[in-house]
Amino acid sequence: MRPTVIKGRPWVIVDAEGNLIDDIDTDQIYHNAYLAVTDPREMGGYAFSNLEGWGDFPKEAKPGDVLFVGENFGAGSSRQHAVDCFLALGIGAVVGRSFGAIYKRNAINSGLPLLELPEIPVAALRAFEEVTVDLESGEIRSPGGRVIARARPMSRVALEIYRAGGLLELKRL
Amino acid sequence: MGRTVIEKIFAAHTEDEVVPGKVIWLDLDARSARDFAGANVVKRFREAYPGERVADPGKTFFTFDCNAPANTIAYAQNQRICRLFAREQGIKVYDVDSGIGSHVLMEEGIAVPGATVVGTDSHLNILGAVGAFGQGMGDVDIAFAFRYGRTWFEVPPTMHIVLTGRCEFPATAKDLTLFLVGKLGSRGALGKAVEIEGEAVEVLDMAGRITLCSMATEMGAISAFLPPSDALWEFVEGATGRRDFPYPTADPDAEYIQELGLDVSGLKPMIAAPPRPDNVYVVSELEGERVDTVFVGSCTNGRYEDIRLVAEILKGRRVAPGVVLKVAPATRRVWGQLLKEGWLEVLYDAGAVITHAACAGCAQGQIGMTGEGEVQLSTGNRNFPGKQGKGPTYLCSPATAAASALLGRITSPERL
Repeated sequence: MRPTVIKGRPWVIVDAEGNLIDDIDTDQIYHNAYLAVTDPREMGGYAFSNLEGWGDFPKEAKPGDVLFVGENFGAGSSRQHAVDCFLALGIGAVVGRSFGAIYKRNAINSGLPLLELPEIPVAALRAFEEVTVDLESGEIRSPGGRVIARARPMSRVALEIYRAGGLLELKRL
Repeated sequence: MGRTVIEKIFAAHTEDEVVPGKVIWLDLDARSARDFAGANVVKRFREAYPGERVADPGKTFFTFDCNAPANTIAYAQNQRICRLFAREQGIKVYDVDSGIGSHVLMEEGIAVPGATVVGTDSHLNILGAVGAFGQGMGDVDIAFAFRYGRTWFEVPPTMHIVLTGRCEFPATAKDLTLFLVGKLGSRGALGKAVEIEGEAVEVLDMAGRITLCSMATEMGAISAFLPPSDALWEFVEGATGRRDFPYPTADPDAEYIQELGLDVSGLKPMIAAPPRPDNVYVVSELEGERVDTVFVGSCTNGRYEDIRLVAEILKGRRVAPGVVLKVAPATRRVWGQLLKEGWLEVLYDAGAVITHAACAGCAQGQIGMTGEGEVQLSTGNRNFPGKQGKGPTYLCSPATAAASALLGRITSPERL
């Protein structure tokens, strides 16, 4: 059974001024120059490589890490690479103010947990070495166990798909 | 509590409770894949469900429209993969002779009022024009839909737009649509269903309904829905021989997340400048800009009425020297009607390049792309960099496209 409580380092995806970046599109997440890559493991190396200031992300990311992102994350094309690159790095969950509609479906279908949190506590998150994210309750906790934010819990269906390991693993008539 | 249009459609296709924000399992009346992503759907299906059958071949379709007939070997291979899978599974293929899949689904009576349809076309929400729920999805989603005949969907909240006033020629359905896209912006209806009402909508012909619903995508919307009209029922009867479908309409006490009122009386012809569909101007503001290429067609403006209007404006005249006018009807049926009624001859005499029915200019194939710096006017729905070639693309109505082709410069149709 895949874990529904994710523990990892928080990455708050901000610009040079420290503000959350909105409208990060699939081209910034995974540039179209690498679309011919078919091995999902290789895709991790290109995550955020086209997002200004975040070129080193693939080298520094560790399995379990949690991303905190702004509005309309994953806008644009339907490319699956923009989800697979995070799965390749073992990213545990993505928490965002909002997501592009197609990106949201692609992520859930591939078993990458997504949570919606309208207000991201940027300063608090950047102060912590580690957070835990409860996919079922939506609670995000500090290392000491204090609830620092409550995201919308993942839907029952999204959790069902996540537990199965992806939509195509879900045998359902 | 009352229901919105999308909630009504969903409630008739699920056993789950239909509340905005809740994820439900939705039964699908039809599922389709195009030559774009279709081969990936087949690959996913074969890997996930080896040796298994699609849930219902009679409700499963391939529609080839992106690159028809294939002019790259990769597309030819992909179409071949889909055809072989279709043969093996007993699935109908609307092949390269058919036209734009979303339009074919409506013309063939597969997408009817109240139906639920998914496919690999990001403009499948165009089916809102007949009161159906249509949704574009990726290959994983469609492989699952092929296998099980259902999908999961988060019930979106609905936004209600009431238009006052009536738009009169030279302002057309496309101008009304661009006006709305400009007002809302690309995130204005993000993740929402949209219901649009008012006299300006009630008087639209079927082509106009299609134009308006097709650009819901460019407003960020899940789908746009319009009230039924005589034009709608005439079209549905033509496709199915029936008029007795219950048309989904909102209850008087339906709950909307947002209400918006807009006055469209006196609306002028509108145009979207590069690089985004919501970068909208009144045509007269950009008048005089030189035009190299004009494309008339696409799922947004490739209907008989759209192309006939262009032919009427061009009748007895020729496009400006050096201007390339490209015309692609949306479907074989539209193409045939234009041909038999003599409108293609009018376009031929005006100097147009005419091709068979498909996505054409919007899918980087079939009728050519633009080179760097080549200014194109398109009746399509997207002008992102690279979408229709290297050159900058403006989006406009068929009437503006025709007037501009004649003068070789961006021209508002009332100038003629």
